[in-house]
Amino acid sequence: MAIESTDTEQPTIRVVLAKLGLDGHDRGIKVVARILRDAGMEVIYLGLRQTTASIVAAAEEEDADAIGLSMHNAGHLALAPSMLAALDDADLDIPLIIGGIIPEADIPVLKDAGIAAILGPGAPAEEVVAAVRGAVAARA
Amino acid sequence: MSVKKLSVPELVGRALEGDRRAIGRLLTLIERGGEPADEITDLTHPATNGAHVVGITGAPGAGKSTLTGQLIRHLPTLGLKPAVLAVDPSSPLTGGAILGDRVRMDDVAGDGGFIRSVATRGHAGGLALSVPGSVRAFDACGFDPVLIETVGVGQVEVDVAGAADTTVVVVNPGWGDAVQANKAGLLEVADVFVINKADREGANDTRRDLELMLDLSHVSGHEDGTGYRPPILMTTATDGSGVEAMWEAVTAHRTHLEATGSLERRRAARFRYEVASRLTTRMERSITRSVDGLTPDGRSPATVAADLAADLLA
Repeated sequence: MAIESTDTEQPTIRVVLAKLGLDGHDRGIKVVARILRDAGMEVIYLGLRQTTASIVAAAEEEDADAIGLSMHNAGHLALAPSMLAALDDADLDIPLIIGGIIPEADIPVLKDAGIAAILGPGAPAEEVVAAVRGAVAARA
Repeated sequence: MSVKKLSVPELVGRALEGDRRAIGRLLTLIERGGEPADEITDLTHPATNGAHVVGITGAPGAGKSTLTGQLIRHLPTLGLKPAVLAVDPSSPLTGGAILGDRVRMDDVAGDGGFIRSVATRGHAGGLALSVPGSVRAFDACGFDPVLIETVGVGQVEVDVAGAADTTVVVVNPGWGDAVQANKAGLLEVADVFVINKADREGANDTRRDLELMLDLSHVSGHEDGTGYRPPILMTTATDGSGVEAMWEAVTAHRTHLEATGSLERRRAARFRYEVASRLTTRMERSITRSVDGLTPDGRSPATVAADLAADLLA
């Protein structure tokens, strides 16, 4: 398939992926990065031990269409809202998607807080791609 | 207010005032190409300040990102405000990309500097088509120097030499021998050589091979007519050793370019190259249109092409 050098008609989705705070489990986020790449998106991969400030800076500089955080340290109820607050403080209207080990009971809490989508372990590739596309489309 | 809703002139205005979100958005429009990108080129061109453009190139895994990360930590201590374009390849199959250079540059984003990850989007040669436009935008927004980190290159992807004032070629111990060093291509475009991972065995052998190669440039008369000989620096990017000396070599090259008038010549060549590449892009679109739907009609491909060329160039 030939790639056009201009993509004004169907803009390429750019996603920042990161792990926030002290959480070394990065196998899942690497799988997600690959899934999104294979769906034609540009993944800006920040890797481990990021802060809300470093993620905000990257989202600004990279003009991200979505941010994906991977959480496997049971800190999601504290970390996800703090990320949302940091985005709000920076006046960035970018959907935040989280993935990882999230107990069922926490999902409505996070959705109410403003998380655009939540992906559990073993989410199929189609679900991951649809979650990102859907979240981006909803803010467009 | 979302920067996505701003008109191009409003966006450029905000970017020139230093609004980081506006700069980020501007770069997106430049990467997408087309009319907005041309408009941005027109608006940012008069605002440029002549920032030093430094290309950093080398094989995959040579340490380009880590070196660049060290540089953007070091340069603000010299009172400089660096910007980085970190280029990684797009998939030829899906168009997607994993842009992973920021992983090696953590803790520096937002510290006065600006890092942008760029996908090649189908362009060969080690850079993306949008790079000259993005460099111009950074320059206009007050960043200096602008560092361009290429994709991991092989022997022939030397586009960066046409895009930068100073080209740094990063090699590693054990990368090859004296014969490799004298092959045509990448090594010919270096203004500064960096042997990174210099703590590893073989760094001095690599240095000797490069020195020998540079000696032969003198023998064959192919050296730079201004008497400049590319220096060879040793670095260990992971702990930052040698990075300060590397930057001194880069600035010494810039001083040399200015003193000999080469800077003006290089920038004039770059201007011509960008005009030519924009013309080529326009021509390619016309060509695609004119061959669309062609069917074999008994005439040879050469004849058909000659007839179409007459129309295209009329």
